[in-house]
Amino acid sequence: MTLAARRTATAYAFLALPLVFFISVRFGPMLYMMAMSLTDWGLLRKVLRFVGFSNYATIFADPVFLKSLSNTATYAIFGTPAVIVISLCLALLLDNVHGKGRSLFRLIYVLPYITPLVAVAWVWRWMFETPPLGIVNALLVGIGLPAREFLNSPTQALPSILTVNVWVDLGYCTTVFLAGIQTIPRGIIEAARIDGASARQILRRIVLPLLLPVTLFLTVIEGIQFLRIFTQVYNMSYQASGGPLNSTKSAALYIYQKAFTDFNMGVAASASLVLFVIILGVTLIQVRLFDRKLEY
Amino acid sequence: MKRARARVFLLIAMLIGAGAAHAQEVTITYWQYFYESKVNLMNDLIEKFQAENPGIKVDQVTFPYESYQQKVAAAVPAGEGPDVVNLFYGWLPLWVKSGYIQPLPAPDFSSDYFHKNFYPFVAEAVSFGGKNYAVPTAVRTLALLYNKKLFRDAGLDPNAPPKTLDELAAYAKRLSKYDAQGNLVQAGLLMQPSGQGHVWLREGLFRQFGAIPYSPDGRKVTYDSPAGIQAFQWYMDRITKDKVGYPNFSTDDVTAFRAQKGAMNVDGSFRIATLNAVKDLEWGAAELPTYKGIKSNFASFWANAIVSGVSGKKLEASVKFLKFITSASVQIQWLEKVGELPATPSLSEKFKNDPVISVFLKGLSYAHATSYVDEAAQRQIFMDAVDEVNLKKADPAAVLKAAAEKEQKLIDDFWK
Repeated sequence: MTLAARRTATAYAFLALPLVFFISVRFGPMLYMMAMSLTDWGLLRKVLRFVGFSNYATIFADPVFLKSLSNTATYAIFGTPAVIVISLCLALLLDNVHGKGRSLFRLIYVLPYITPLVAVAWVWRWMFETPPLGIVNALLVGIGLPAREFLNSPTQALPSILTVNVWVDLGYCTTVFLAGIQTIPRGIIEAARIDGASARQILRRIVLPLLLPVTLFLTVIEGIQFLRIFTQVYNMSYQASGGPLNSTKSAALYIYQKAFTDFNMGVAASASLVLFVIILGVTLIQVRLFDRKLEY
Repeated sequence: MKRARARVFLLIAMLIGAGAAHAQEVTITYWQYFYESKVNLMNDLIEKFQAENPGIKVDQVTFPYESYQQKVAAAVPAGEGPDVVNLFYGWLPLWVKSGYIQPLPAPDFSSDYFHKNFYPFVAEAVSFGGKNYAVPTAVRTLALLYNKKLFRDAGLDPNAPPKTLDELAAYAKRLSKYDAQGNLVQAGLLMQPSGQGHVWLREGLFRQFGAIPYSPDGRKVTYDSPAGIQAFQWYMDRITKDKVGYPNFSTDDVTAFRAQKGAMNVDGSFRIATLNAVKDLEWGAAELPTYKGIKSNFASFWANAIVSGVSGKKLEASVKFLKFITSASVQIQWLEKVGELPATPSLSEKFKNDPVISVFLKGLSYAHATSYVDEAAQRQIFMDAVDEVNLKKADPAAVLKAAAEKEQKLIDDFWK
């Protein structure tokens, strides 16, 4: 065996363990789930019956599932760009702050991200309460604006939860963007400046293109994050129902309810598979789109 | 060498001895959800039971309420669950249908036994196809709970709670407070369908207005009659017209009542201990207000059942244990330490003069227990119906019709 071959073998040997773990903990259950989505498996049932695709027919005929899919799409379509754009702006601004100020700001932005999500959700839920409890409404009333229903309203509840999620994810994305900005060689930027490029040109022609890999990474991660949003909805909607009137229910919450309150595992498995296909599809599209422009 | 051999011999002798002792002992496992006063009392009871029944050992295992049903559902089919299990009566149809629990042995738990010892709604709810499946220690029912201090603040007599629905509506208006913008800051009457609101409507208001919520066998939804619509309209008017309360006001009804942000609430007897523990809360209980002289109430209970597959000595021990935890003396302790009402009517005599307990006891005599097929889903239907009218300004009559259809489908699918 040559040295190179031996090195490769060593690498594979070390990779084998995580691989076994990955296969048994991730792929195994996934395949099992795919099989289960074709059965009427319920925790309360002792005999399994093969039911073909009828679970899929059931969920696509269920207005609640369709509503949860459209809610999930709303979370992702508004949430992902919002997080990316705002965190990019923050990172660019932070890049201009030097010394102790930068680490202080970075800490402030990262704090929500490192706080347990359940705690964040509950604190915001209380802040969004209707009078006389919620602090947000107290502020609104204080400056003479009408109080809002927020989580109690079928139209305002989803944006309220979405806002909190954007706020939470900002810290992470800002940090990654900031790291990305700092890897851009200063030489290129200085050369451009000497050649007379304006700050705007430098941003558009140099910084943003060079940040594309980071942006791609964050878009994919955030896209997935929003598509499988669960904790915030579970904790912020009243009675963890995804309400009022299913207006905040995400696909992940729908799956949870089917599995663990209705004990209808077969239906839950098929809904999971649908969500999986959607996330896979969206991710592939994102990777393709960004990949083309990555070449310089 | 000799000593070593002696030691081995001794060890073997001890093992055999332990094995023999073990063979005589039966261990049964009891599951309930975690509610501190219940768990502590049960630990004491188990000790007493074991002392009275040498050879039987009882293990108590508890889970948080939220995950209780999941744990049972996962463990029982796998044969790793409890022998005796505590369950909400509303889960019975599902558990019986899925073969989770077995009929209680007839000689010990005959229908006669149930009719003689328990409230009629208990005997009705635990019987499926002529067999009885579960036996309760305690029952619960609803009453109007009110805050005496807030009554005084509003110039109302704290010892004269509303007696009729009309009075209730009028009192609720006087007890409500609003800020300059008109936002409700103190609810006169807490309206929480996700709490006890949906059962107050289901078995209380519907019947009082002259509607019959379900057919006698529980298989047919019948509350979408003109009288039912009237009842639903009355409930919704408190939210939309009088604005004396709305779902999730100050988080939920219990929180609001404890924080003294709500003056009146319809809640269950299981809340007695919780409310007594709140400092500075001066509260009273009254029978549910009547309508045109008609009284109606909702009753429910947690019961104990024996899991399928338990047989032989374990079954014998389980039956003994069931008899014990539903005995008269345990029922009395249950009331004193947990705050739930005895499931045997004759035991209530002693509490006739207790100002709070007596109110709930009176309610039991005209209470109905809904025969659920899926309690959570049926509750959700009522929560959504209230939201449809309150948040989307939908027509109550149409909403109630749709709700009835939805619930009918749920019931039909279950019995299919």
